[in-house]
Amino acid sequence: MSSVDVRERAKKAEKKPSAIGPDIDLNAYSVEVKEHGKIQKLKNLSGEVKEKAISVGVEAVEACRSGSFFQMDHSVILSSAYKSGLEVMSSTEALKKYDWLQDYWWKAVNVDADKYTAQAELKQNHGYFLRALPGAKVEFPLQACLYMTQDGLAQNVHNIIIAEEGSELHIITGCTTAPGVRTGLHIGVSEFYVKRNAMVTFTMIHNWAEDVEVRPRTGAIVEDNGIFLSNYVCMKPVKTLQMYPTAYCVGENANVRFNTILFAREGSNMDVGGRVFLRAKGSRAELVTRAITKGGDIVTRGHLIGEVPGIRGHLECRGLILSEKGSIHAIPELEGKANNIDMSHEAAVGKIVEEEIQYLMARGLNSEEATSVIIGGFLDVEIKSIPEHLKREIKKAVRMGEERLL
Amino acid sequence: MIEVKNLTVSIEDKRVLKDVNLHIAQGETIVLLGPNGSGKTSLLKTIIGIPEYKVESGMILFSGKDITKLTIDERARLGIGIAFQRPPAVRGVKLKDMLRICMEKRGDFKEEKINEFAQKLNLFNCLDRDINLGFSGGEIKRSELLQLLAQNPDFIMLDEPDSGVDLVSINLVGKVINELLEKEKIARERTKAGLIITHAGFILDYVNTDRGCIMLNGTIICSGNPRDLLEDIRSKGYEGCIRCLR
Ligand SMILES: Nc1ncnc2c1ncn2[C@@H]1O[C@H](COP(=O)(O)OP(=O)(O)OP(=O)(O)O)[C@@H](O)[C@H]1O
Ligand SMILES: [Mg+2]
Repeated sequence: MSSVDVRERAKKAEKKPSAIGPDIDLNAYSVEVKEHGKIQKLKNLSGEVKEKAISVGVEAVEACRSGSFFQMDHSVILSSAYKSGLEVMSSTEALKKYDWLQDYWWKAVNVDADKYTAQAELKQNHGYFLRALPGAKVEFPLQACLYMTQDGLAQNVHNIIIAEEGSELHIITGCTTAPGVRTGLHIGVSEFYVKRNAMVTFTMIHNWAEDVEVRPRTGAIVEDNGIFLSNYVCMKPVKTLQMYPTAYCVGENANVRFNTILFAREGSNMDVGGRVFLRAKGSRAELVTRAITKGGDIVTRGHLIGEVPGIRGHLECRGLILSEKGSIHAIPELEGKANNIDMSHEAAVGKIVEEEIQYLMARGLNSEEATSVIIGGFLDVEIKSIPEHLKREIKKAVRMGEERLL
Repeated sequence: MIEVKNLTVSIEDKRVLKDVNLHIAQGETIVLLGPNGSGKTSLLKTIIGIPEYKVESGMILFSGKDITKLTIDERARLGIGIAFQRPPAVRGVKLKDMLRICMEKRGDFKEEKINEFAQKLNLFNCLDRDINLGFSGGEIKRSELLQLLAQNPDFIMLDEPDSGVDLVSINLVGKVINELLEKEKIARERTKAGLIITHAGFILDYVNTDRGCIMLNGTIICSGNPRDLLEDIRSKGYEGCIRCLR
């Protein structure tokens, strides 16, 4: 498909609302913003920016990172890889550099899926290109920060992540706004290609402002023995967030896991799902969600499609309602299209069980302390196979949100 | 140490305890017997202060202090401890975390104690598991005792510590109960007191107790030598108690 065709399809979808989630008036957001100058080191960021970046796991100290990408509004102000075997650059730049990248562009996500994917094509503002060369194994994570400084701005990024055969890539992405920004629209298309025997772990932390609208559009294609682990944490306010990342296990023994941790307070509307097509023998998927509301509304979806014999999948969703207002709607879906498949789900939504609080109180905690220990435990999703310091980042992000839970 | 006076308690408008009187002195251990549903657990839960167990009348004194209106945690911090009959599982909270909480709230956290205590009850393999989640019956009983070791309370209530515990484990359980109750000391030098619920009385083979009480329909109807009471129940059933009441 030529790039002309792609644009044609995007144009046709320009007004197509998303199948789910509140509709957004795209014209309400500006697409113009001044360019920001490049920086040499993340250290050179102002203290304020650094602080926000740290809140989403992006460290100015680059020692325990293998590369960094920083996009401010529509400008890529820094992109560099510190380790060999890795490539980090703006996706627009990469598209110019590599002809073959056309073969990956809009292959894991449909350009005409809805008006958000269409806008990402028609009004793209960079995004990152991250690639691990064949066999490259880098323990330290690559970090990417998408940062918005202007009120009312639309940021439309298109990210491509490629883990070539036998490589191992750990990524932490933080998305956030400058202090003082209240409104904005973030559209983020991310296409993951996990080749044979490769592994990608992708940890994304969101820390938006009260009135920001967010529409990530993610697709992942996982080949033989490939592993794709995606962790998503959103503990901070957001006006509307809707995403339904989809992974395709196309190779034998492909393995996908989504962990999602959500906290919605009053005024936040989150609709977050995960979908995995199990298309090859031995492929596996596990989706785990923890959702807490204190006044906000959460829809949590999971969808497994088992298309061939010998696949396995499990969905787990637990929701905790901490206030009179607010709602959690868990929608697990299992679709079996072959025999000899093993798919299951468990979902539970409710308030904290009083008996558990009493149990902890009998050991000496007062009721607030007991509640906080129970919430801490509830959010403590066991996250396997990612480096320790990324686990710490996730814990940190969760804890920062937790402080406001009580 | 603990004194229950004319205690009447209801739960969801159902009366579960009627005019219960019980006094346990420092150094003493009492065994509470009675058929299923007679109110034994209700008494323990009322003493620890579970709010659903509404005190209609009467009072509970601990070391002379009226604790009837205190919250659960206030009672726990004063030195009342309980091993529950059926504790809930708490996801994401490890047994180890619970031990830390128990120690901290009694003012003395020492990391190395965790292993030392776990050793006594052979529970190493449960330390890093979510508390009570998928624990076997016997593991739950031992884990409750383990928490009490960490808490080191003065008044110790044990709700069926011997039910579902295997013959090897009951040995450990007995030893730990003796340690908690300072059984190695003579009665008047002990600083602890205990109240143990049992059905079969297995635990009596391991722990010396001073007195037994029988509860029937929410009331303590008699007391006496624990082994004699158990023997009577064994031979005549609880009907014997009812007859005895007449
Ligand atoms: N939460 C509750 N709601 C309703 N009824 C209750 C509740 N808790 C206890 N009861 C009732 O109170 C009565 C006493 O129960 P309790 O648990 O004290 O009995 P028990 O003597 O400990 O019995 P067991 O030997 O079977 O453990 C029973 O009839 C029980 O069904
Ligand atoms: Mg009972």
